[in-house]
Amino acid sequence: MRKLGGIKLSHHKNTENCQSVPLPLPAKVCIPMSMHIGAPCEPLVKKGDIVTVGQKIGDTEAFMSAPIHSSVSGKVTAISDYRMSNGRTCKVVEIETDGEQTICPDVKSPEVNDKESFLRAVRESGLVGMGGASFPTHVKLAPKQPVDTLCINAAECEPYITSDYRQMVEAPDEVIDGIVQVMKYLSIEKCVIGIESNKPEAIRILTEKAKTYSGITVSALPCTYPQGAEKVLIYNTLGRIVMEGQLPADQGAIVMNVSSVAFVSRYLKTGMPMISRMVTIDGDAVGKRCNAVVPVGTPVKDVLAFAECDTEKAERLLYGGPMMGVSISSFDDPVIKANNAILAFKKNEPAPKASACIHCGRCISACPLDLMPPDISRAYAAKDVDSLNKLKVMLCMNCGCCTYVCPAKRPVAEINQFAKALVTAQGGK
Amino acid sequence: MGLLTVSPSPHIRSSMTTQRIMMMVILALVPSIAAGTVFFGPRALILIVFCALVAMFTELVCCALMKKDNTISDGSAMLTGILLALNLPATLPLWQAAIGCIFAIAVVKQLFGGLGCNFANPAITARIFLLLSVGSDMTSWVKPFYYLDAPAWGIFEAAGSNALDGLTGATPLATGDAGLMELFIGNVGGSIGETSALAIIIGGLFLIITKVISPATPIAYLGSLSALMFIQVLVTGGEMTEVLYALLSGGVMLGAFFMATDYVTTPITAKGKIIFGIGCGVLTFVIREFASMPEGCSFSILLMNLLTPYIDKFTRTNPVGARKPEKEATE
Repeated sequence: MRKLGGIKLSHHKNTENCQSVPLPLPAKVCIPMSMHIGAPCEPLVKKGDIVTVGQKIGDTEAFMSAPIHSSVSGKVTAISDYRMSNGRTCKVVEIETDGEQTICPDVKSPEVNDKESFLRAVRESGLVGMGGASFPTHVKLAPKQPVDTLCINAAECEPYITSDYRQMVEAPDEVIDGIVQVMKYLSIEKCVIGIESNKPEAIRILTEKAKTYSGITVSALPCTYPQGAEKVLIYNTLGRIVMEGQLPADQGAIVMNVSSVAFVSRYLKTGMPMISRMVTIDGDAVGKRCNAVVPVGTPVKDVLAFAECDTEKAERLLYGGPMMGVSISSFDDPVIKANNAILAFKKNEPAPKASACIHCGRCISACPLDLMPPDISRAYAAKDVDSLNKLKVMLCMNCGCCTYVCPAKRPVAEINQFAKALVTAQGGK
Repeated sequence: MGLLTVSPSPHIRSSMTTQRIMMMVILALVPSIAAGTVFFGPRALILIVFCALVAMFTELVCCALMKKDNTISDGSAMLTGILLALNLPATLPLWQAAIGCIFAIAVVKQLFGGLGCNFANPAITARIFLLLSVGSDMTSWVKPFYYLDAPAWGIFEAAGSNALDGLTGATPLATGDAGLMELFIGNVGGSIGETSALAIIIGGLFLIITKVISPATPIAYLGSLSALMFIQVLVTGGEMTEVLYALLSGGVMLGAFFMATDYVTTPITAKGKIIFGIGCGVLTFVIREFASMPEGCSFSILLMNLLTPYIDKFTRTNPVGARKPEKEATE
């Protein structure tokens, strides 16, 4: 069977052998009330309140959301407005740590005995997709459609990032247990763990561990970015095509990130909500490349200081990988739940100037979904929504392969996003 | 702490650039340039360098007149000049070659918007332009190694000079009197870069291996032409070597590997490239066999250039997960 894939990238998995280490407690954390797709939370605390580790500090009535917990014990010093990397503003709770890390009395292993209580527990844990998309997990785990397969996204196809890999080799039992719990409570019979074949150790360990359970298999994926894109992963592991406008559940699958599923296992045992996560710290401006377990809300500058980063020389800071990661504007921005990596790069040569499209077709060959970016660009320039719909621009997942390969250095993927916005604004699908 | 750069993803780019692609194509033409120089002497090399310079200068002037960014550094003008020169007889007067280069860059390329916007291949169109306007000099072919027999300075003379008396001959495509091995190596009369199939294939394979061009176009072009020749030989009862003869003589090899694979003027889709190649093969055959011209390669590519936007439109990819329009209507 043909495998979907885009481009070959240099992996730069410099930190794959770096055992995760806890980050020293920061003096202050800033916890945004929106670290997920969906409705932002309202702060449950006010200035001057004393909070403890794992205490819920933000929540909302909305279904499409996930509560937020304090990652430290200390005193709330301010509740202010924060402009997130996507340009929107949300409330942020600033907490000065007291160094005690007193655990909140509410933190106890949840009582789970059926699907309903399981989903309630997942919601209370504050879990969102840890691979970067930050979709609330309790929503994802409650599809209306019947689901037969759990698909675990352990591709980690972005260069540099190794936090999922470290999770798999350091605590594979958490991964397997999390899978077993999800399968049990959602009555799913089958699970496939998709791992890019540049991680043979993870494939070996998980294949070994999965042997004792029926229904769990490991699938080695080709080393072509973007294997971790949901549609690509589902096609390459299950041979199913998620059609336009569909969710994975429409094809009977739920996709979960490997670190997310491991968190489910930890939460069910300890009841400690999502207050920290493993972050890969890398990039050419970083002196000590490492994997650190970072409290949510830690300012990026503290993370970089730990990794001996020369912030004077750093010119570009990324949440996530170089292909789909978000470049941030401030060293004060906090680490959020979906941050699998913080990358800091020195000033490189100036961005190449875009020149005329020479119709080389590299973007078409690179597109994992076989879209035609040159035609999309032309239709967008003409504001031709009808053609954009025919060209299926809404399928574009902004993986960036087209921009990466373009010899004319055109912002191909960016134009696709503009085109999608135009189609949406005109009431398209 | 310094200021940070914020930009949309992706934050890394491949090292491939337009300039590098053009340089790779020029590199792939080096065997043909060398073969042309060996067979047709120093004047061939002079003509190639001259055409490249005139093409680049024309590009410079056009960009300045149109107040556009100077695009000379992308290498495409140089490539057009070299390609055109390789399509010319070694003894073409320089002023005629200069007109060809100016026509290629100014009219065919820049007047239509410059690199990426021209619908016809500049080198091919300029060649046809010269063929129709200065036909006798364009079809005056010196024999290979003529420069060894020419009097001193005769090696630099243009067509029409007395120094070249007795050194010219028709191309084997018209006369049909060269050996296959001679044709393959290029030891026959013809345009500078067209005669040596060997040199063209070396360059073409380099481009295919480095993935600059897709093998689909040359295979479809040469394959369809061979198939038609094969059928013709079966019908007329000729010799099978005629098939090879058709492939190795004239401009087909250079056209198939370097002209029919031009990004800008040929289809972008994989299916489209095959259709384009087959179209070129069929048209070349038809023009050679039924028209009054001995050579049909340039015309076939130019005609297919005109169809390229339509071929692209009808061979659009079917994206993964796209619903068919009919199905959409019922939902």
